[in-house]
Amino acid sequence: MQESKPHVVIIGAGHAGGTLAALLRQYEFTGPITLIGEEPIPPYHRPPLSKAWLKGEADAESLALKPLEFYAENNIDLWLNARVARVDPVGKKVSFLNGNILAYDILVIATGSRAIYPPIPRADSRGIMLLRTAADAEQLKATIGAGKRLVIVGGGYIGLEVAASVRGMDAEVVILEREERILKRVANPILAKFFQSYHEARGVTFELGCHVASFGSENGQVTGVWLGDGRGLPCDAVVIGAGIHPNEDIAKEAGLECDHGILVDLEARTSDPNIFAIGDVSRRPMPIYDCMFRMESVPNALEQAKQAAAAITGRQAPMGEVPWQWSDQYDLKMQIAGYPFEADSLVVRGDPQAAKFALFHLKGDQVQAVEAINSPPEFMMGRQLIGNRKAVDRIRLADPSISMKEVVAGRDA
Amino acid sequence: MAQITYIEFNNKAHTVDVKSGMSVMEGAVRNNIPGIDAECGGECSCGTCQVFVDETWFEKAGARNDTEASILEFTDAFRPNSRLSCQIKVTDALDGLVVRMPKRQG
Repeated sequence: MQESKPHVVIIGAGHAGGTLAALLRQYEFTGPITLIGEEPIPPYHRPPLSKAWLKGEADAESLALKPLEFYAENNIDLWLNARVARVDPVGKKVSFLNGNILAYDILVIATGSRAIYPPIPRADSRGIMLLRTAADAEQLKATIGAGKRLVIVGGGYIGLEVAASVRGMDAEVVILEREERILKRVANPILAKFFQSYHEARGVTFELGCHVASFGSENGQVTGVWLGDGRGLPCDAVVIGAGIHPNEDIAKEAGLECDHGILVDLEARTSDPNIFAIGDVSRRPMPIYDCMFRMESVPNALEQAKQAAAAITGRQAPMGEVPWQWSDQYDLKMQIAGYPFEADSLVVRGDPQAAKFALFHLKGDQVQAVEAINSPPEFMMGRQLIGNRKAVDRIRLADPSISMKEVVAGRDA
Repeated sequence: MAQITYIEFNNKAHTVDVKSGMSVMEGAVRNNIPGIDAECGGECSCGTCQVFVDETWFEKAGARNDTEASILEFTDAFRPNSRLSCQIKVTDALDGLVVRMPKRQG
């Protein structure tokens, strides 16, 4: 494949697309690579936007995936501020909004996802923000500070991370959640209760089961939030963290198979053999659970970048991973491995009161997922157990006086 | 500034200059050196930036912190001279540092 030097075009210069371009060079791919991004800056780490970056603890240099000169030095043609209009899979061409047309041999769609803007009246007021891009984070950073009041719409991980960072700047924070508890879609009630208490003890207010009726604004600037029960909450800024939507439109229009995410195989290849899709925008097989998943995480973006890079360069596919993700809030390190898919029981190990515990989700006597708070050994061993499908003794697993190594080694250890 | 040599599992060596204040992990990632995944970007969360520090440098590189130690000991590749490279801060004193990467991270 390398003799003919195909032109690889990557649409999307996020974590997935940027990593793929770099991996292709690591894997000694010598053909031309064009990396296309809508944002004005080269690929960067998004996770710090709600954490270290927001708190002013990270600079632009540390946020970037690679130094700017990397792209020229590695002969990666980086097109920024460029918006793709459509893909022609028959003519193997990408056309841009500005009329440019680019031919490809291999196309990779890494368009990621966009934050959802709920249809709430006056949601377009100044001071109402999403948090998806570095530009969004800059705007939030410039708006919020000591004595300001921030309302966060959505009690998910991004909302909680922003709340923790903003409390560190002595701003007031109220989190609004339409469900009766936070983290409804992504975590079990014990973990949700733990996080809520931890945030409340640090001054965050929660309004659960609440409906946002409209935003109040003066001269186009947000001044408050009106709730469905008639109450009004004055505020200086609003962050909406209400989930994300895969950017799959160009794939659908090109006739690629999609199902809330572009469908791909274990090589990250779509229904068109010349087109791959990686990262948030794709829905991929997850062999350990024997089903298709769309994941919104950096580790998933990296894994699929490896899959695509291996397939494009004719290398052996990566070994197959246990999916994982993380969140940092205050002094809490949370690490999650796996998904509680078809789990039928829960083992709590450690003490939520002490902010050091892990929740193991079991299916029979096998671990499907682990959520670990300030418990790296539980996370690391849990991740291995999810991968190797070894049976565990739930009584011993629940006993923190028995080390994780002994739990896994069994009674004779 | 320190000159650091990263040696892949297949013995291919990469010698690069890394600015003081950066981590040994960042030095590898910024130079696109294979063998360090660094999935979490330096949060000491994932255990995919493991290196083996050459004996002569192990002490100078500093001690493992508790979180780092508890992650490392559960990795497949763990050895007595293992470190998470995101937890080694580069200083002038590390000029000449040599680290080796495991066959597989995680």
